[in-house]
Amino acid sequence: MDTKGDSKAPFEPRLTAFVCNWCTYTGADLAGTSRLQMASNVRIIRLPCTGRIDPLFILKAFERGADGVIVSGCHPADCHYTSGNYHARRRFAIFNELSEFVGMDPGRLTFSWVSASEGAKWRDVVNEATEKARALGPFHAYPTAQDPAFEPEEEVAHAGA
Amino acid sequence: MQALRELARDLLAKGEVAVVIGWEEGPRGVRPAFVTRPEDADRLVFDARCVQNLATYLNPRRPHVAAMGKPAVCVKGCDARAVAGLVRESQVKREDVVLIGVRCSGVGPEANGPAVARDIAPRCAACDATEPAHTDHVVGEPATLPAGHGYDERLAELESLPAEKRWAYWQETFARCTRCNACRQVCPMCFCEQCVQDKTRPQWVESSPHPRGNLAWHLTRAMHQAGRCSGCAECERACPAGIPLMLLNRKVARTVEQRFGYRASADPAVPCPIGAFRMDDRQEFIR
Repeated sequence: MDTKGDSKAPFEPRLTAFVCNWCTYTGADLAGTSRLQMASNVRIIRLPCTGRIDPLFILKAFERGADGVIVSGCHPADCHYTSGNYHARRRFAIFNELSEFVGMDPGRLTFSWVSASEGAKWRDVVNEATEKARALGPFHAYPTAQDPAFEPEEEVAHAGA
Repeated sequence: MQALRELARDLLAKGEVAVVIGWEEGPRGVRPAFVTRPEDADRLVFDARCVQNLATYLNPRRPHVAAMGKPAVCVKGCDARAVAGLVRESQVKREDVVLIGVRCSGVGPEANGPAVARDIAPRCAACDATEPAHTDHVVGEPATLPAGHGYDERLAELESLPAEKRWAYWQETFARCTRCNACRQVCPMCFCEQCVQDKTRPQWVESSPHPRGNLAWHLTRAMHQAGRCSGCAECERACPAGIPLMLLNRKVARTVEQRFGYRASADPAVPCPIGAFRMDDRQEFIR
């Protein structure tokens, strides 16, 4: 993937997805085993439940240079732990409005419910979030906030990849 | 004021409480007072300068106050909400504290202002707690609230700006933060044994006064106040950098009110909205 510092290369957004183990991760897995074509810009972080996702995770992702963040879990009434997603829904309803209030673009933040059988929906969520982040451009405003010395992290090249 | 003193004297003389926490005249305006002897009860005062939220002394982070013995705490109607918050979250037992509610017709912005407020503090503008609720005693004359300006006008003004302007405003504002933690220390509701911003493994929030860590800290602080903030504005008053923390608190409180129909309550039996949910909570922001 292109490094963001290179102005000649077309901009490729980098997104972080925080997903729950039981629904969205399995859904993303289904998308993969179904050979669905989708943007490869999303790095998935698997957590036990959306209830485990602290808004700090989102801030940390932006801080480390993510251009967009996806938070996804089980549909209401489907939570493996009965109520984790309901608690998460309240938390993110507040965070969503608060982050917009301090001037973050709501387009960089995507919340979705994706069940284990919704591989196609996961593909759509990923593609849409990637396109939105691409249109918005790099979110350097956060990590570079008054720190001109900031340099985006280099992509790590994996041997044999 | 006389009723307050007599009640305090009575409580101390009968041995019902070991200390009465109230307000007294200090060298630079009104300051918190710890009265342990009945004959000292005349030190207590209450007027529009009594801005301090004394509920913070019930916070378990202050074991030296707990060591003084059973306290009676003077609370305005708004402060009673902070006590209720501590009771609700099992930080203090309601029967371990005597609450003296004082009727309040709005306090001024500062502890060294005039005894009769010309301009009441913004947090008092939309007050619904001039009459203290859920307290053991209530003293003072029935109060009426003078008109004032709340936070909502300033909120609406900020919200009407384009996103980049809002971002620039808050970046500029947070850049003043020195991370002195006064907002956290003064808050009655900040009682975590280890604050998330003090954690170093992993370090969630950069601890140096850097704009990046400052944003993370202020958003985290505001998030942790969701549905819990009593609206006492002590954080804003304590802030040496003049950061309008109440705008964030108010923004979150309003979201909570609009979405979950919850307002900070002086009744400990009302559950905290962030620890509860409804199956039909609005989810228009979720795809």
